Amino acid sequence: MGTIELTIQLAYLLSAVLFILGLKRLSSPATARAGNRLAAFAMLIAIAATLLDESILSYEWIIAGVIIGALIGTVMARLVKMTEMPQMVAVFNGFGGLASGLVAAAEFLRFQLGTAPTPSLDAAVAVMAGTLIGAVTFSGSLVAFGKLQGIVTERPVTYPMQQVVNGLIFLAIVAAMVLLVVAPDSGAGSGVPLDLVYYGLWVGALLLGVLLVIPIGGADMPVVVSLLNSYSGLAAAAAGFALNNNVLIISGALVGASGLILTRIMCKAMNRSLANVIFGAFGQAPKAGTESGEKRTKADVNSVQAEDVAMLLAYATRVVIVPGYGLAVAQAQHKLRELADQLEARGVEVRYAIHPVAGRMPGHMNVLLAEANVPYTQLYEIEDVNPDIQSVDACLVVGANDTVNPAARDDPDSPIAGMPIVEVDRAKHCVVLKRSLSPGFAGIDNELFYARNSMMYFGDAADSIVKILEEVKQL
Amino acid sequence: MSGTILVSIYVFVLAMFTGFEVITKVPPTLHTPLMSGSNAISGISIVGALVIAGLGEGILFSIIGTVAVIAATINVIGGFLVTDRMLRMFRRDGEAN
Repeated sequence: MGTIELTIQLAYLLSAVLFILGLKRLSSPATARAGNRLAAFAMLIAIAATLLDESILSYEWIIAGVIIGALIGTVMARLVKMTEMPQMVAVFNGFGGLASGLVAAAEFLRFQLGTAPTPSLDAAVAVMAGTLIGAVTFSGSLVAFGKLQGIVTERPVTYPMQQVVNGLIFLAIVAAMVLLVVAPDSGAGSGVPLDLVYYGLWVGALLLGVLLVIPIGGADMPVVVSLLNSYSGLAAAAAGFALNNNVLIISGALVGASGLILTRIMCKAMNRSLANVIFGAFGQAPKAGTESGEKRTKADVNSVQAEDVAMLLAYATRVVIVPGYGLAVAQAQHKLRELADQLEARGVEVRYAIHPVAGRMPGHMNVLLAEANVPYTQLYEIEDVNPDIQSVDACLVVGANDTVNPAARDDPDSPIAGMPIVEVDRAKHCVVLKRSLSPGFAGIDNELFYARNSMMYFGDAADSIVKILEEVKQL
Repeated sequence: MSGTILVSIYVFVLAMFTGFEVITKVPPTLHTPLMSGSNAISGISIVGALVIAGLGEGILFSIIGTVAVIAATINVIGGFLVTDRMLRMFRRDGEAN
């Protein structure tokens, strides 16, 4: 091993270590920012070391690519709104997958054109795996972006024989991969242009990525984004196997692990298996008419006005706010924080209960509230709030529905049975800010709205909070 | 199976375990920054892309390599910047922003 090669390898080792230390610092908000910078520094080391590589003969294309990519990345990172963070991460995942897939493609073409030695079996398998995972991540992420951005319908897109079609495409992909791996050695499939088979593999993999994500509903996006995050890491790791490059393997494995952990947490938060999320087409258009037959209206609930809510909150000792995605849609986070500040100034203890799937990606609601200057020390997980929720004077539910539906706890036949919820119905009083009695994403009625200790304040969340805030100020 | 690939598999499996250990300790409140930050790390494939873009083995490789460099750079730069932007907003009770 020459001096340059040794330098590069040691630099890669250093950057792998720094990636791990950077991620470790993400375990506390106090050190997280330094951790992210450390990881960015590690990336810089890896890039600088790579540029020493003796097989790099010209730098024009590299410089052009880095400048274009850096400009686009910087603009996107600066302009994106916090509500749009899930689609932003989806797009970045997609680009990561594309880069890994293209690296694998270049390796394949070098073998084909004879500019690189015939690959070992392992390397050939790794190239195919990198292509498949990279392409699926790319197209799947673009569909996820489209759904989150509202370009593609949020509802699951289903068609007859969906699983069979997907299964056949997958089999075709596997067949193409096997052919591409064994053909150069055995002479099997001689006469079949292997580069065409390889391009076919790309088409099939891109198609599979699209077909796997379109049947998944908008409320299940946290799982999909987490899973694609994991794939983007695995694609990088596969490229690392193909290039025999350890920093790619280690970094890819770290991201793969991170995505898998988040996927598992999100599935648990909905009490659903990963298979059910991917194939279950949850959240199709709500069925007409409820099973009970009786259509309940606003007359059946305890409908209140801003004044009543203000009185209840201002004279409470303990208040728990339960935000849902509807809060972000109404852009009411800042007004909500003002209301919480007012209450605290009056000596009310205010806490926020954050359900893991309250946003469109893991931790999304926490970021939205942080943007509105809510200190993270006020944010609680549901298992911290539920045990003594009966001593809470008032729960304020804003734009949440399924995540506070007692049916998840009480009705074993409910589609959301077993899903952890914020048990707001056990608090002394519960106020729900909502436009109407329409069901949430799961398409089921919410018994909470009709409970004796519940009050409904109908209207746009932002308007309602402003009105409550004004009333509280006058008290 | 060659010795090289065996070593690679060792590295991969051990890195996965390290990842699980480190990331399990990240609190839910930081899950979005974790995701965007780890996402930026997956842009490490830029390392492979740079070599391809600089090979000088013909226009095909230059184009594939450059597209890969652009995609990976967006991923890396965008990912780290947006993570920093988010983490800047997290504050404790009573801290000035």
